[in-house]
Amino acid sequence: MATRNDELSPWILHFDTGSCNGCDIEIWSLLTPRYDIERFGMINKGNPKHADILLVTGPVTKKCATRLKTLYDMMPDPKLVVACGDCASTGAPFVGCYNVCGGVDSVIPVDVYVPGCACRPEVLIDGVVMALQKWNEKRTMEEVKA
Amino acid sequence: MTKTTLIPVGPQHPVFLEPLNISLKLKEETVVGAEINYGFNHRGLEKAMAADFRRTIYMCERICGICSFYHSTAYCQSMESLFKVEVPERARFIRLVMMECQRLTSHTLALGHTAEAMGYESLFMQLFREREALMRLVNDISGNRVHYSINTIGGVRRDIPMEKQKEMLSVLDGLETRFAKLAKVFKDDRTIKERTIGKGVLTKEMAKKYCVVGPVARASGIPEDIRTSYCRDLDFQPIVRDEGDSYARSMVRVDETFQSIQLIRKALTMLPEGPLEVPVKGNPSGEAFIRLEAPRGEVIYYVKAKGTVDLERIKVKTPAFVNVAALSAMVPGCEMPDIPVITVSVDPCICCTER
Ligand code: SF4
Repeated sequence: MATRNDELSPWILHFDTGSCNGCDIEIWSLLTPRYDIERFGMINKGNPKHADILLVTGPVTKKCATRLKTLYDMMPDPKLVVACGDCASTGAPFVGCYNVCGGVDSVIPVDVYVPGCACRPEVLIDGVVMALQKWNEKRTMEEVKA
Repeated sequence: MTKTTLIPVGPQHPVFLEPLNISLKLKEETVVGAEINYGFNHRGLEKAMAADFRRTIYMCERICGICSFYHSTAYCQSMESLFKVEVPERARFIRLVMMECQRLTSHTLALGHTAEAMGYESLFMQLFREREALMRLVNDISGNRVHYSINTIGGVRRDIPMEKQKEMLSVLDGLETRFAKLAKVFKDDRTIKERTIGKGVLTKEMAKKYCVVGPVARASGIPEDIRTSYCRDLDFQPIVRDEGDSYARSMVRVDETFQSIQLIRKALTMLPEGPLEVPVKGNPSGEAFIRLEAPRGEVIYYVKAKGTVDLERIKVKTPAFVNVAALSAMVPGCEMPDIPVITVSVDPCICCTER
């Protein structure tokens, strides 16, 4: 994909809020040679203070909800959240379980929803590229404001 | 007199895929103790699974994405024993083939993860490239990359036709040669040896005390493998090592990948003809207890049914539950930078553990 000169490379943070691991391993496939999202300029980093895009997998369990909020607050603006998989998007199939709050959007605002159980890497690529565009828009808007 | 420092690792940490929290007690650089905190991933699945025995197949696959097929097989087997039906031989073999495929994907994930935790990025990438071939293979057979969803109470829903078998064999042949090269790196590479040999030792006595299972137990000299009875017609011998360190645990996994390829080959040549499933009717009643050898060790299902659609109780015991606990016996005496490698070498699976 050709990127414009003024587009920067976002760093990714991955957090599992109670998923079944299915979507997490698909995110790992994303980082590896076959799908390789580094060609879109993205790289996986473990530090929330450096991250621009937060990939969340899994329904939000009660114990993870506060941690997810903290991570989100730690990330610098402009930031984006991508909910990966059905259960991050809506909470299904764990809706109604006693320890589950629901989808990610019940705790923090979500910008891109990626469907699938488990979400396929191809769809995930679509999702993160969409997030990349949104992120660049947000960034330009902040610059205009400043 | 040095002070003890408390260092939290997780729940969000770059080397862990999943939310696990370990509080390490350090005296200078040396770890003197570890406390493991669970519960970040607890969704309350056992209760949800007891709601409707027909939907439970869907739910129990969602316990864990890495060993989903083992969960559904264990559940279907317990249901079959409640309904007192015998699965057709062809279905039993297809289950076995798919289980071994999943073991391959799981072991390559674990090995890649170990390489990643060591900072051996290129090995990690290569292992995952090979793993992708496996994922495409299972996708071809079952239609899914992660949750195969081909189990049903009384058999399987998808066949492995002749042309798929041929394709499978040729993919496995290619994989075996490429794995052999990567296995050589794992066996002989100096970096790997220095970071794993003698690190995180779990002696046989401690292994027995902590009741560890699977590759962790086999690396500590305990020849426990449920496949010895399940694969009785395939002439199966468990792989056992005595060192009990991170290296031994990785080596057991490396050898088991080749063993799994052999098992799949044998199972495919012996694949009997016949129906794929037997019909079951009515609601289950009674109790069932099933053990299966998942990639991380034995998974146990206990089901109690009361003759209605909902079940009285369904209890799952997963291998990672005991293996992760054994970490607190492995880490004392280690250096802080070795902790990620040791943790990953037991192959923690938190979603299984906490459900
Ligand atoms: S969407 Fe499906 S595969 Fe992904 S974490 Fe949820 S249950 Fe697992």
